Amino acid sequence: MKLKEKAKVLDAEQIDKALIRIAHEVLESNKDTGGLAIVGIRTRGAVLAQRLAGKIKSISGSDIPVGALDITLYRDDLTTVAEQPVVHKTEIDFDIHDKVIVLVDDVLYTGRTIRCALDALIDFGRPGSIQLAVLVDRGHRELPIRADYAGKNIPTSQKETVQVKITETDGADEVIVAEKEE
Amino acid sequence: MAVAWKNKDLLDLESLSTQEIELILETTGSFKEISQRPIKKVPTLRGQTVVLFFFEPSTRTRTSFELAAKRMSADIVNIQTSSSSLTKGETLKDTARNIEAMKVNIIIMRHSSSGAPHLLARSVAPSIINAGDGSHEHPTQGLLDIFTIKEHKKKINGLNVSIIGDIAHSRVARSNIWGLVKLGANVTVCGPATLMPPEIEKLGVKVTYDINEAIEGADVINMLRIQLERQGQSLFPSIRDYSMSFGLDAEKMKNAKKDVLIMHPGPINRGVEITPEIADGPYSVILEQVTNGIAVRMAVLYLVSGVKERIG
Repeated sequence: MKLKEKAKVLDAEQIDKALIRIAHEVLESNKDTGGLAIVGIRTRGAVLAQRLAGKIKSISGSDIPVGALDITLYRDDLTTVAEQPVVHKTEIDFDIHDKVIVLVDDVLYTGRTIRCALDALIDFGRPGSIQLAVLVDRGHRELPIRADYAGKNIPTSQKETVQVKITETDGADEVIVAEKEE
Repeated sequence: MAVAWKNKDLLDLESLSTQEIELILETTGSFKEISQRPIKKVPTLRGQTVVLFFFEPSTRTRTSFELAAKRMSADIVNIQTSSSSLTKGETLKDTARNIEAMKVNIIIMRHSSSGAPHLLARSVAPSIINAGDGSHEHPTQGLLDIFTIKEHKKKINGLNVSIIGDIAHSRVARSNIWGLVKLGANVTVCGPATLMPPEIEKLGVKVTYDINEAIEGADVINMLRIQLERQGQSLFPSIRDYSMSFGLDAEKMKNAKKDVLIMHPGPINRGVEITPEIADGPYSVILEQVTNGIAVRMAVLYLVSGVKERIG
């Protein structure tokens, strides 16, 4: 399947501004940063989670614990994918019991990844609540899941893909909408 | 690491590529954390059935596989040979075909005949995982040994690994040799001449009959169990004599490197191949090997369960 690039919807500066805005919103909704923790979904959500924690620290001065979650073992499509996906490490080095967890991912689409992440998180304990932050919400939900914080809402068709590129994993910061070519 | 796992079965390390071994090791690293969670269970193998088919006694390996499968939410069936219909004259292949007809997904098998799991792998569709076949291979033990070494030494390439003891009867030795040599370690095997298989150097290892030579300069020393049950006749004069010449004790350890790792696949014959002070000492990673065994087996179950093409 080839992809044809249609538009760059966010550049590096806009991604940074979106993260700063999300950081402010998180702090507005959660006055007590002592009970706050951030968990990013691998791969790109984990990088964004680190950045979001950095923004929150520069605004409020608080150090928020950050974890990374790999959801592969919770996927509902392992019996249908051609090959087993590579399992990466889950690293949550703090007790999530009673914490307010801000779950971070790059794109919110069907909601299935978030469903996996919620199941995975609850195996680590009983958080006080879980909030969802995403860089891009592109619609087309298949489950009753919504984002509490979204960097940008991008209306898309299901023929399109949204590619979030992050310097740490892809060499540049940008969000691109591409179309699948038959 | 661009390789994808394509093998229905895990039968030995001899037939795996270096990349496939590295994929298992990396996957193992991701599974290790699950056993440290308050809820030690992931839903990955929900609805899949795993049969443990052990024709030889085993505590460690069987328990380890059983816990690995349970922590991945599989359903487990244990078949004991003493109460199975093999004692009524059914052939191994027929028993396996009957198990297959009950729609199981994975058969984990230990057998006293080398090659028994290979025979089944060709005849049935479920994945076969070799949990030790005769004196041939014990691939998950080899993998967990290599994983434990890598955790401590951060690499395998260039390390000096000495395997000491009954090399001839040891499937653990053979799996370690295949895996370690593929990953670039310098492997030395050491034991009495009567317990050294002919032409073992063809596997790419150095042979010595002097334990001091095997200890000196070694980054890792893997002590093997003396397998009294596999010996038709006495292959060394006495246990005491073996222990003096090839047992690892504080005196012989004086020549060892300061950061040497001491390993043993278990069960230990304390005072025979290794003294308690060394087995329980600061260089020993013997219990870490046991912990890592579960993660390795979870990784293997994960990888083989995803293979869609099944002939049988």
